[in-house]
Amino acid sequence: MLSDVDLAAVWLTLKLATITTMILLIVGTPIAWWLARTGSKWKGVIGAVVALPLVLPPTVLGFYLLIALGPHGPVGQLTQLLGWGVLPFTFAGLVVASVFYSMPFVVQPLQQAFEAIGVRPLEVAATLRASPWDAFFTVVLPLAKPGFITAAILGFAHTVGEFGVVLMIGGNIPEKTRVVSVQIYDHVEALEYAEAHLLAGGMLLFSFFVLLALYSRKGTHTWK
Amino acid sequence: MKARITRLLIGWALTVSSLATQAAQVQVAVAANFTAPMQKIAVEFEKDTGHQALLSFGATGKLYAQIKNGAPFQVFLAADDKTPAKLEAEGDTVPGSRFTYAIGTLVLWSAKPDFVDDQGKVLKKGDFKYLAITNPKTAPYGAAAIATLTKLGLFDALQSKLVTGENVSQTYQFIFTGNAELGFIALSQVIVDGQLTGGSTWIVPADLHEPIRQDAVILAKGQDQPAAQVLVDYLKSEKVKAIIESYGYGL
Repeated sequence: MLSDVDLAAVWLTLKLATITTMILLIVGTPIAWWLARTGSKWKGVIGAVVALPLVLPPTVLGFYLLIALGPHGPVGQLTQLLGWGVLPFTFAGLVVASVFYSMPFVVQPLQQAFEAIGVRPLEVAATLRASPWDAFFTVVLPLAKPGFITAAILGFAHTVGEFGVVLMIGGNIPEKTRVVSVQIYDHVEALEYAEAHLLAGGMLLFSFFVLLALYSRKGTHTWK
Repeated sequence: MKARITRLLIGWALTVSSLATQAAQVQVAVAANFTAPMQKIAVEFEKDTGHQALLSFGATGKLYAQIKNGAPFQVFLAADDKTPAKLEAEGDTVPGSRFTYAIGTLVLWSAKPDFVDDQGKVLKKGDFKYLAITNPKTAPYGAAAIATLTKLGLFDALQSKLVTGENVSQTYQFIFTGNAELGFIALSQVIVDGQLTGGSTWIVPADLHEPIRQDAVILAKGQDQPAAQVLVDYLKSEKVKAIIESYGYGL
């Protein structure tokens, strides 16, 4: 069965995807809310920036992250100033990269959910003297729940499937940055096909069932 | 109009046929440490012979796996002698075509001046966060780095500081960007025309690891491909030997 090294890679991947998804739900919600509501001329710009990882090759993102997060880059200078050291080759670095990389997969479903709700329920809530925060938690969140579930599943699954960025800034350190996709690549490169099959087959099944769960839900829920 | 199209077609046919008879292409798999010299050699090769060398770079182990799985490479320039020998034993090469084109030199390099001393004592001090190496499973320079650390008795102490590049080019990039303070790479990556390009370097003594004999071989797909043979002969020429030596390789 799976060796200790492989199991460590699986565990690390799940940890990375879980933390990334949680951060993205927290960070992505206000961004998605703003995108859904705003009439600002910046809407297009911010929307485009968020969507960039959809079209950019991971090598571009990985390259810029390596430079920006490195000791001579702007972010690297800042993190060193704060005493955090530099982020490449660390788990925290992978989390930062994954947040960028998976951002559109969380923000876009949330934005669609918020747009589908429209302004009417909030206006009604306001006439009933609900504060904006109150209205958000008691009206928007329940109505947008299917959107949140979709966003969480997509964000999690996409982070699990991340490869190029991790390869470029991870440094392949066991239990810190060696995620499943990198471990599979290593196995394939070293002609360890049996080990590669176990992990690759696992990934295939995982991805299929995630998407199956997602698409099976879609029909049963409709936005209100 | 019709005549013009005919003329165009004839012209096109002539171009294609002349390309096919005169300038052939040869697909070459090249170990990443040999990237810079091979790019230079390929330019000269095209000038001198009219043939074109299409280069693919990667870790030797990865290129081996690709060759075993039907990659269209006709010539293979590996970073060791074991991989070409293995391909020969497995019948994937043109018998008798294997030869040593360069002997590689392992260096410990930092992008910072004065960081690496010329005795490699910086390793013992351990005053750094990351030491970059190349994947020892697939890259001979990575295996030589591990052998060196082991021979120095420092492997256990430094193991937790190792970061691994996928091939020596990526390892160089980790060090060059300063994300790893220092690392083991090929001398050829930090030398141009016999001059070190910058940073600080320790040339690892050859007795600390197995010699890095880099062998080339014509692959089965290069059989009866004249350009493949021309390239191999060209690699053995004095002109190319001088280029190879200018990148710090032994011969």
